[in-house]
Amino acid sequence: MTVQALLLLTSGLFCIGIYGVVTRRNAIALLLSAELMINAVTINLVTFSRFAGGVTGQVFAVFTIALTVAEVVVGLAIVILLFRWRREIAVDSANELRL
Amino acid sequence: MSGSLLFFALAALILLGAVRTVASRDLVRAVLWLGIVLVVTALMFLMLGAPFLAGIQLLLYTGGVITLMLFGVMLTRRHHEIGVDIDSSRRLLAGIGSAGLFVAMASAILRTDLPAWSGSAPVPAIEIGRAFLTDHLVAFEVLSVLLLAAMIGAIVLGRQRDFDDEPEPIHGKSRHHGTGGRHGKDGHP
Repeated sequence: MTVQALLLLTSGLFCIGIYGVVTRRNAIALLLSAELMINAVTINLVTFSRFAGGVTGQVFAVFTIALTVAEVVVGLAIVILLFRWRREIAVDSANELRL
Repeated sequence: MSGSLLFFALAALILLGAVRTVASRDLVRAVLWLGIVLVVTALMFLMLGAPFLAGIQLLLYTGGVITLMLFGVMLTRRHHEIGVDIDSSRRLLAGIGSAGLFVAMASAILRTDLPAWSGSAPVPAIEIGRAFLTDHLVAFEVLSVLLLAAMIGAIVLGRQRDFDDEPEPIHGKSRHHGTGGRHGKDGHP
């Protein structure tokens, strides 16, 4: 388990997330792909916290996790609102967020 | 060297779960594969000497986010469209783009001369709590305000409301304001 192996793992995870964000049309699947990318960033923070031997990286990983939870809550509320309005959640059909 | 073997097994499981998350046709399966990725990530946090973060990851992600996502999928699913339709011409382009980005990042990582581990011990939770309340106090308070704002925003966005430009329902009954009960089933504008 080296730093290089962990960084390669997280960059692979991030690129898979980017692929999902570009290809998915469903809004919830889009949120799932964004979760993958944020997860890669969190692993990176913990890796560098271990690498540098401090506590700051783990503190910021906690911040990242809390921000992700807030993003998921608001994102799902928007998705459910969109579904209630348009009866579908394909993101390319919802090109306006006017209510 | 059983540690590196375990690491490669966990890494392979994470990558497999990520691929299944972005490629699965069924959304419920995609959410469950994401749950596997997040649980294995918690195990990897344990290997990296971050037991507090592993606990947080398990509690918040698999306890909160995955459950919320499952509810979201099941609330917004219609019966006749089970699979997720994906534009296949964009799929090739997205594969090329993300693979190119990965090659660029991997070459940058492999060519950088990183020193070895500094050999730090696992960080106990008391250190993280002390860092929260001393060095990062302002960020901690801002985070609590952010969580409050997200909660209020979700309540405001998700409550039942009447869309203004929606035509009146065909039944001439008086509409009940405030309480639940969805009216106007064909709600497209």
